[in-house]
Amino acid sequence: MRRTGRRRLPAVAAAVAVVVSLGGGCAGTDAAGERELVVFAAASLTDAFTALGRAYAAAPGAAGAEVEIVAAGSSSLREQILAGAPADVFAPADAATMDQVVAAGMASDPRPFAANRLEIAVPAGNPGGVDEIGDLDDPELLVGLCAEEVPCGSLARQALDRAGVAAAVDTNEADVRALRTRIEAGELDAGIVYRSDVLAAGEAVEGIDLPAGANVVATYPIAALTSAPNPAGAAAFVAFVRSRQGERILAGFGFERP
Amino acid sequence: MTGRRRPSRGGERREPWLLLGLAGLALAYVAVPLLALLQRAPWRDLGALVRRPVVIDALALSLTTALAATAACLLVGVPLAWVLARSRLPGRSLARALVTLPMVLPPVVGGAALLLAFGRRGLLGGPVYEATGLLLPFSAWGVVAANAFVALPFLVLTVEAGLRAGDQRLEEAAATLGASRWTVFRRITLAQAAPSILAGGVLCWARALGEFGATVTFAGNLQGRTQTMPLAVFLAMESDREAAIALSLVLIAVSLAVLVPLRDRWLPG
Repeated sequence: MRRTGRRRLPAVAAAVAVVVSLGGGCAGTDAAGERELVVFAAASLTDAFTALGRAYAAAPGAAGAEVEIVAAGSSSLREQILAGAPADVFAPADAATMDQVVAAGMASDPRPFAANRLEIAVPAGNPGGVDEIGDLDDPELLVGLCAEEVPCGSLARQALDRAGVAAAVDTNEADVRALRTRIEAGELDAGIVYRSDVLAAGEAVEGIDLPAGANVVATYPIAALTSAPNPAGAAAFVAFVRSRQGERILAGFGFERP
Repeated sequence: MTGRRRPSRGGERREPWLLLGLAGLALAYVAVPLLALLQRAPWRDLGALVRRPVVIDALALSLTTALAATAACLLVGVPLAWVLARSRLPGRSLARALVTLPMVLPPVVGGAALLLAFGRRGLLGGPVYEATGLLLPFSAWGVVAANAFVALPFLVLTVEAGLRAGDQRLEEAAATLGASRWTVFRRITLAQAAPSILAGGVLCWARALGEFGATVTFAGNLQGRTQTMPLAVFLAMESDREAAIALSLVLIAVSLAVLVPLRDRWLPG
């Protein structure tokens, strides 16, 4: 699990959120923007949401907002929310994960805000000589996927099924960032990640398109949580992510419009 | 033991209430989360849950890799403990600090360090892979390596303490009677340290059985090859909490089944 943001541990973020909500009187409850905002975002959104959080805090009307991005596997975040983690906003990598949170009454009115295609990622120089998705069935290659439990893993398996490829998988990583890190380091020859991850890895990773018929698009929903300690800030952040400016920032990280 | 008191009569026989209270607190602190786990356990579906292939694969892998890691730790750890306790080689305190390191290092960092050393592009792993095609990560041997790395200090420190407590005069006596240094080590030193070697081995095995961070970082996660019980529990936590609890219960039951009889029969206390 990988978490990014100003503070890395959800427990810390949660504790901070609790302290802020309890001590609201001195933290300035009058202006929603001044309060801390805890955003639980899919691991694949780590960089984009860190940038979104910074832009949101700098935007007029939200001056002084402290945005905490807690990034991890979507399903892990869902479990934390269902267990009562005091988050304000949830942005998982698929509708199914969001639906479970909505079904539990913890969020309402989720809106799609971004789409992300899958790509095969290989280390710089493509040491395994991977050309297309059909090569992933080679047992000689070290191939990684995300675990089935997280969206990038279930989407990758859908894509492999559509292409009729039985991948010779060597490891199932708990989230897409962990998988990307392994590919960047050259520990794996190939893996299926999001296009945004290939883009974010820069020179260290090369992307190979999936055939049009096999590709699966991840659609990211976002919603304010009903138990948000900072409901006004949560609504404002959701609106910001879905605004023209938010869309531009997301596009810069390889995300498409939903 | 020279300082031992004769058992006294009357009121003094009672244990001090303060100690009892604090001891009870310690016990409750461990017991309450365990009870919470038991209370949330899906007892009705337990039988079906624990017979899933993923559980059987993970349990078999966990038991064998923990055992293999313990064997490896015994082979090199007992000699290391002896060097730390008995030899007069320079740099022993540095070596002791070094061997303690995996205890304080976050296991995930340990796993990353193992990758940098023994991974496909690692310091040693790289040249070995180039020459032979052999690779530790993504194999059961990688799990053993990760387990051994984090569990070694538990063995070494326990055995070293046991060796220090041993009576060195027996060794000197054996030596003066003409026993070779190797014979003294085998027949006197090892025999004296046997309880601590067993205790250290059990601690080492238990630590290896529960290992998560270094394993997932270094060896990866694949059912039947590198997915140990802790990894299976971690992933189940994300999708099916009841299955995760059932898996944890299996791990706890297996550990207790090994640790309780051993402790009663062999370990001092």
